[in-house]
Amino acid sequence: MWTEEVIWMIIEGIRDTLYMTLASTLFGYVLGLPMGITLAVTDKNGIKPNPIVYKILDVIANIVRSIPFLILLILLIPFTRFLVGKSYGSTATIVPLTIAAAPFIARMIESSLNEVDKGVIEAAQSMGAGTFTIIWKVLLVEARTSILVGATIATGTILGYSAMAGTVGGGGLGDIAIRYGYYRYQTDIMIVTVILLVVLVQIFQTIGMRLSNRLDKRKI
Amino acid sequence: MAGIIEVRNLKKVYTTKDAEVEALQDINLSIQAGDIYGIIGMSGAGKSTLVRCLNFLERPTEGTVEIEGKDLSTLTDKELRKQRSQIAMIFQHFNLLMQKNVIDNICFPLVISGMTKKEARKKAEELLEIVGMTEKAKAYPSQLSGGQKQRVAIARALAVNPKILLCDEATSALDPQTTQSILALLKDINKRYGITIVIITHEMAVVREICSHVAIIGNGHLVEQGRVFDIFSHPKTKEAKELIVKGKGEGEVEPNLESNQRELMKGKSCIRIVFSENSSFEPVIANMVLKFGQPVNILKADTKNVEGIARGEMILGLPEEKEVQENMKAYLKERGLAVEEVDGYVD
Repeated sequence: MWTEEVIWMIIEGIRDTLYMTLASTLFGYVLGLPMGITLAVTDKNGIKPNPIVYKILDVIANIVRSIPFLILLILLIPFTRFLVGKSYGSTATIVPLTIAAAPFIARMIESSLNEVDKGVIEAAQSMGAGTFTIIWKVLLVEARTSILVGATIATGTILGYSAMAGTVGGGGLGDIAIRYGYYRYQTDIMIVTVILLVVLVQIFQTIGMRLSNRLDKRKI
Repeated sequence: MAGIIEVRNLKKVYTTKDAEVEALQDINLSIQAGDIYGIIGMSGAGKSTLVRCLNFLERPTEGTVEIEGKDLSTLTDKELRKQRSQIAMIFQHFNLLMQKNVIDNICFPLVISGMTKKEARKKAEELLEIVGMTEKAKAYPSQLSGGQKQRVAIARALAVNPKILLCDEATSALDPQTTQSILALLKDINKRYGITIVIITHEMAVVREICSHVAIIGNGHLVEQGRVFDIFSHPKTKEAKELIVKGKGEGEVEPNLESNQRELMKGKSCIRIVFSENSSFEPVIANMVLKFGQPVNILKADTKNVEGIARGEMILGLPEEKEVQENMKAYLKERGLAVEEVDGYVD
């Protein structure tokens, strides 16, 4: 049962899962960070209110977030094939993962930035700071621990999604769990992969919280 | 003479879903360079909105605000930001960057204005010395007391060499002792650098302590303005009288005394007198009693700090006869005391 082959397969599974999760989180932030900043800034209580821009992004975020990930995965197959050349394997899975993660990340960024004390923003405005200065030097700096907590949550969620992609040949630990545990009734392999997924989430969570605590200067 | 700040016919209306709220109306102010100008009123009177109109954090609905002759409404966004950088502001809740240490907080406006990090740091260190916080340079705001935070905020405000400093309830979150030390610091800054200071407050004690001029706001209107001593000795409007006679500073608690006083003053002719410096040398009340051979009832006696000088304040109950009353008032006025009737507004 636990042949060298299986062990190698699991090690590769871990590698693929980490690859998918981290790459999708990264690309998710590339799209989600600007989107979240724009949402927070154009909000009616933001520093540059713009109802039209806000509404458009708001609707996009809601639509993408309301589609179940598995359906999104299938819907995006043509797009994924166009971008990556194939629709299965871990690299291909990064595409739907990123699309699913971006609005989720944008919402978390938005809520982190909205938590920043309005008085501090007003102080910056009274010093003559422009919109971009306030975004870079006030909002992102003051909200950084909250943004990091959000990133930790996002990484965990994306890791969970990546396992779901296993049902359509997405690669990684989720793929192994489904192929061996579900299709072949090899429960032991499934349990091992699930434990490994739990451990990975735990590690991400711990690193994220430690980092954000250390960076938080509000605590004495 | 045109002041450094000229506000003309200012009106501010907020439009909410159901109604229009007039926050400010017919505000005319002229603040001279080097003044410490108090704007006082109850909460909700519109004073915070007014101070935000002075740097256009709030745009007035009507009227103009001129800073050094420049009408703020004619400026482009970029010019307005530049103008704002010369009008510093401090706040009730300090509004420091919580994730930056003291020195970086002070560097912040300098970096915005385009100074290099190294220059900014040097300047920030000088400022820390002025506000007496040098040893806290590396501390974070969460490690500081309220008074210390306000000192950092003042240093940050001074960083850009402003001509005007706006203080929005800057001492309202502080205890009386700390308030004193912050007011002393503001006074010192005004003297040393000639910075015009506008102080928004609901505490009469703050105005008496350091302001040279005061404007009283009630219900969105400017009801009275002038030199602090004049308004303190001769308040004309109901709002002013309320703030001055009843208006104890925060912490000056007078339990029951007020209602007793009211009881005593009922139906009697009472006057409020204010002693200036020179009138304190002569035992005025005692001499008056001797001269007229009629007793007066001292209902209240107090000293209050006005423009930094201790001024005596008394409320006297006068004898019944009208003639004696008039003579006594004349006698007191002759001796340079500010005299006015109080029975009209006691309750």
